[in-house]
Amino acid sequence: MNSKYEAVIGLEVHAQLLTNTKIFCGCSTKFGNNPNSNVCPVCLGHPGVLPVLNKKVVEFSILFGLATDCVINEKNVFARKNYFYPDLPKGYQISQFELPIVEHGHLDITLKDGTVKRLGITRAHMEEDAGKSIHSQGDETLVDVNRCGVPLLEIVSEPDMRSAEEAYLYLTKLKQIVQYLGICDGNMEEGSLRCDANVSIRPVGQEKLGTRAEIKNLNSFNNVAKSIEFEIERQIELVEDGGEVVQETLLWNADKNETYSMRGKEDSHDYRYFPDPDLIPIHISEEWKNEIAETMPELPKARFERFVNDFKLPEYDAGVLTATKNLADYYEEVLKETDDYKSASNWVMGDVSKILNEEKIDVSKFPISPVNIGKLIALINNNTISSKIAKDVFPEMMKEDKDPAVIVKEKNLVQITDTSAIDDAVTKVVDANPGQVAQFLEGKEKVIGFLVGQVMKETKGKANPQMVNDALKNKMNEMK
Amino acid sequence: MLTYSNYSEKISQLKNKKLSLQENVQYFLNQIKTKEHLNAFNFVFDDAIEQANTISKKIEDGTAGKLAGMVVAIKDVLAIKDKPLTCSSKILKDFVSIYNATAVKKLIDEDAIIIGKTNCDEFAMGSSNENSAFGAVLNPVDEERVPGGSSGGSAAVVAAGLCDVSLGTDTGGSIRQPAALCGIYGLKPTYGRVSRYGLTAFASSFDSIGPFSNNVEDAALVMEVIAGYDKNDSTSVNKGIPGYLENIALDKKLKIGVPKEFFAEGLDPEIKESIETQIEKLKSDGFEIVNIDLPHTQYSIATYYILTTAEASSNLARYDGARYGTRKENPKDLIDMYTSSRSENFGDEVKRRIMLGTYVLSAGYYDAYYKKAQKVRRLFKNDFDKAFELVDIILTPTVPATAFKLAEKMNDPLAMYLGDIYTTSANLAGIPGINIPVGKNSSGLPIGMQLMSAQFNEETLFQMSYYIQKKLL
Ligand SMILES: [Zn+2]
Repeated sequence: MNSKYEAVIGLEVHAQLLTNTKIFCGCSTKFGNNPNSNVCPVCLGHPGVLPVLNKKVVEFSILFGLATDCVINEKNVFARKNYFYPDLPKGYQISQFELPIVEHGHLDITLKDGTVKRLGITRAHMEEDAGKSIHSQGDETLVDVNRCGVPLLEIVSEPDMRSAEEAYLYLTKLKQIVQYLGICDGNMEEGSLRCDANVSIRPVGQEKLGTRAEIKNLNSFNNVAKSIEFEIERQIELVEDGGEVVQETLLWNADKNETYSMRGKEDSHDYRYFPDPDLIPIHISEEWKNEIAETMPELPKARFERFVNDFKLPEYDAGVLTATKNLADYYEEVLKETDDYKSASNWVMGDVSKILNEEKIDVSKFPISPVNIGKLIALINNNTISSKIAKDVFPEMMKEDKDPAVIVKEKNLVQITDTSAIDDAVTKVVDANPGQVAQFLEGKEKVIGFLVGQVMKETKGKANPQMVNDALKNKMNEMK
Repeated sequence: MLTYSNYSEKISQLKNKKLSLQENVQYFLNQIKTKEHLNAFNFVFDDAIEQANTISKKIEDGTAGKLAGMVVAIKDVLAIKDKPLTCSSKILKDFVSIYNATAVKKLIDEDAIIIGKTNCDEFAMGSSNENSAFGAVLNPVDEERVPGGSSGGSAAVVAAGLCDVSLGTDTGGSIRQPAALCGIYGLKPTYGRVSRYGLTAFASSFDSIGPFSNNVEDAALVMEVIAGYDKNDSTSVNKGIPGYLENIALDKKLKIGVPKEFFAEGLDPEIKESIETQIEKLKSDGFEIVNIDLPHTQYSIATYYILTTAEASSNLARYDGARYGTRKENPKDLIDMYTSSRSENFGDEVKRRIMLGTYVLSAGYYDAYYKKAQKVRRLFKNDFDKAFELVDIILTPTVPATAFKLAEKMNDPLAMYLGDIYTTSANLAGIPGINIPVGKNSSGLPIGMQLMSAQFNEETLFQMSYYIQKKLL
């Protein structure tokens, strides 16, 4: 980036709230049902229907406000945002305008160099989602109203971010918080977390903000970072060439890696907001707020500290394991079967995460239950199997989520700790490899590795390696 | 001819078999046919006879509800499951509701018989029932004149004896004004007293559902049934419902307020005289008459039209031809689908109000119009709150003039709007009001007197109205 300029970035994030029913009617919020099956007269916007607020939406929003140090507004008003679109049955969206439920909060991100930066949250407000227009072949457009009325929390940041990296970290943090709160699954690909980015540039040292462009409908973390990066460079180049940034709405083309203008009338929309007369203002009492505060789950920071203090994990491990609530939950489930915290961490961060990354799946979809990973670690630690054998048991567990002890028994993988059996194998190997034995006796102790390997081969990997090592040394030292 | 003068008489005749419910319903169906030219019904339900069969059995078994056999007509802005819901608009001409309005459901649950849906001004916008895709309704008292509006059909069917009672809706006078013009009783309840669920919204913070009847008792009984909190309407209020009918006898002399602003210039002298006669009678019966001030009355029409059109412009956005209702065939594109469907299928008055409302909510005008009008609305509430500290009831004329000729005001919307001058205040303040037919003018046209009370005090309105019906008329 040209060092003459600094970027100013603000994000608007729509988080789909994890309620069972929609925000203003009793319809299910379940994703993936047949089109237009989760509907009723209310969310279809039939004549005469009225919205009734789902209290859970208010509670989730308060929870978010408390977790991000927002002010929770005592008086809450819903407003109508008026515009025409086929997937908006009422011709207006019920949202909040002048009095959002929470405002003036913040969250902290940790930059690469370890410094912590505080980023402001301007406001978050409750609203209903619109339906989906599916533009089929030809000039037909199909409308699916299932999503219509699914509750959203729109979270608007201050323009506090100065790079794509900061925006990425903000979004990561936000996702982590809503997941920990259990109010949103944070899945950007499925659209339960959606992001618009406002990007502008200004000469370093200038107070006044530059003209901003808004990149809409970003659907992955990578696209957020890449599109912002592209847009910053585009604006700098434009200004350097004597041009001027115009206020416009952009979309991101992920194939070409560039932003392009929507050129719609979006920017000139007059939404004619006014308080929705169908919904009475909601008053949030101190008492209600306190009740919700009591249900506040452990947040990422507290969990990180607990992992470091109680489990004596390195900060790196604690950071990786608490990055998502699901992974941290998985890790703690593993600990139900073993108190070897570090081994558990190694398994979850190593073998388990490797597959998660390869398969691009969340740990909640990982085939092996954490309890069985815990049992596997316990089998190693009580010398039933070696770590090496454990690496063979693991793929079996991937095929079927079974108790590893059962697999070990079925495959006859129990470690040989019987000295006579080991001694027999050692005698065989020593007899068969006089050359190596001679080398050892001459002082080339490294050669023992080869001999241990031979014994392991002889015992099909089931011998306890430490015992083999000891037995070999004893045997050969006797020959001196 | 009907053999009863109110529902209590009807149900006792049904119980002791002096009256057959089937014959009664058939009588109404015949009358409806005879009076078809009034154009008061949009739809008549042939299954009314079947309903009568079922309900007369229930009456025999002693399992019938509170309104068993009461024959009711419903304004065509209220939803009845599996029946057309047109709002007298071309844009909903083929629309059938898939659910019941709460008020309608409550009537059905108490075994009322729904005989049909009545004509009205399109989306309840109008004061003459001439803004209807089904055509104008004639006033049964004088068929050259309008029945009033917007619930003109609901008033006409009761005045013409085509059913026992009807439901209408009142946003700025749409029950009380046609009741006055047709010479019957019509109650607009407190805002929030009757659930609006299933009432096609015109102006959500003004709309109320209420009954038309030929006597106070039937209005009281219907209100007992349709009133009450509804979980489907957040603006309905959870307050106990008194036994309106049981407590209908007035047991004390009330203080009655008369606001001079409602008797100023513009009031028909014959109406003025008639109302003043009633006031004198009340005075001589020992009621205390107090002159009161409602100083903001002159702003009622302006405030009312700014706020109701704003809400209407948003409420009517859903009729866009996209998901249901009438859609322009083979539109060029999305914008053409919207503009053509709406331009071709909304009537002039509806379009006028959508444009007005869109304007007052627009950026740059919102504060000057909508926000200011909201503030003025609060002043109305204060005016009435203060007045009801002094008096129990406020007494006024319902309308400044008797029923006018068809087409007389169609090209002068402002003159039409000014006819709402005495009724809009109650909607701005959210208080209940009732029309009492107190007589006729020299041409035989009905004169209406309005009583208003404090919020949720319908009980006093019924008591006072009943007193006047029994003692003065
Ligand atoms: Zn629904």
